[in-house]
Amino acid sequence: MDQFAVKVFVRLRPSVLDPAGEATKSASIKLGAKGIKSLRIGKMIELKIEGNGENEVREKIDLLCDRLFANTVIEDYDYSLEKL
Amino acid sequence: MDNFTVGVVVFPGSNCDRDVSWALEACLDIRTKYLWHESSDLSDVDAIVLPGGFSYGDYLRCGAIARFSPLINALDDFVKSGRRVLGICNGFQILTESGFLPGALTTNKNLNFICDDVELDIVSSKGGWFNDGVEKQTIKLPIAHGEGRYHCDSDTLKKLVDNELISLRYKNNPNGSLFDIAGITNEKGNVLGLMPHPERACDEIIGGTDGLFTLKSLILK
Repeated sequence: MDQFAVKVFVRLRPSVLDPAGEATKSASIKLGAKGIKSLRIGKMIELKIEGNGENEVREKIDLLCDRLFANTVIEDYDYSLEKL
Repeated sequence: MDNFTVGVVVFPGSNCDRDVSWALEACLDIRTKYLWHESSDLSDVDAIVLPGGFSYGDYLRCGAIARFSPLINALDDFVKSGRRVLGICNGFQILTESGFLPGALTTNKNLNFICDDVELDIVSSKGGWFNDGVEKQTIKLPIAHGEGRYHCDSDTLKKLVDNELISLRYKNNPNGSLFDIAGITNEKGNVLGLMPHPERACDEIIGGTDGLFTLKSLILK
């Protein structure tokens, strides 16, 4: 069994309004930050997972992302995977 | 309808379960039974309400964790049998997360938790949840949500419109919902999800009775 460290990034789809991102962008500008063109907020999920090789682990992560971590109606996901 | 029983589902974090039960029992004389989310035996209930609240603390996304409860797993056969399921607020979010209804509900456009009475147009008589289907009507119901902005892709919206699955639209869209959508049904019409709270509008002295019809229609076959 191999163990992998996985970082999953879940983001609102570009077509979906992100009010929290807009509010944070507005606060960033109030703080004095210049040049911010866009700001959107997502989620990062870290997990460690065992499996027989990278392909099997990717299958498990794809299922988790598609069915639980992200709602693909409004969110996209991607992830990075590192063998421990 | 002597033995007709409505199951009111209780998740950790539900907070409108008792309101729903009160409205059905005291205002409409319809028997209710609380169903803990871990139960999967739905044989002795004739209709189900998924009440509002914050199931599982709204962790991850509203309704995302509730979807994996044994009760929701058992709901598929219940819905296929034609029995009626009403999802209110968090219940609506659970129904979209679990795929019983299309689309998703996300953060209100203005980021506020909105607690208000809203005017709603009844735009479809599918399922008979709001009127007798004779004419277009307007009702007033309370809303109380932070994540009630309905969203779906354009193909889904077209399907909703073409098949008359949009039951309710906000007159003055409070949360940025696509196409002013406040409530939708499945194609068969036996599943309704809506963000407004009909159970909070069942008695004149607490702000109106426009919610009575929807709860009463749970007993329709």
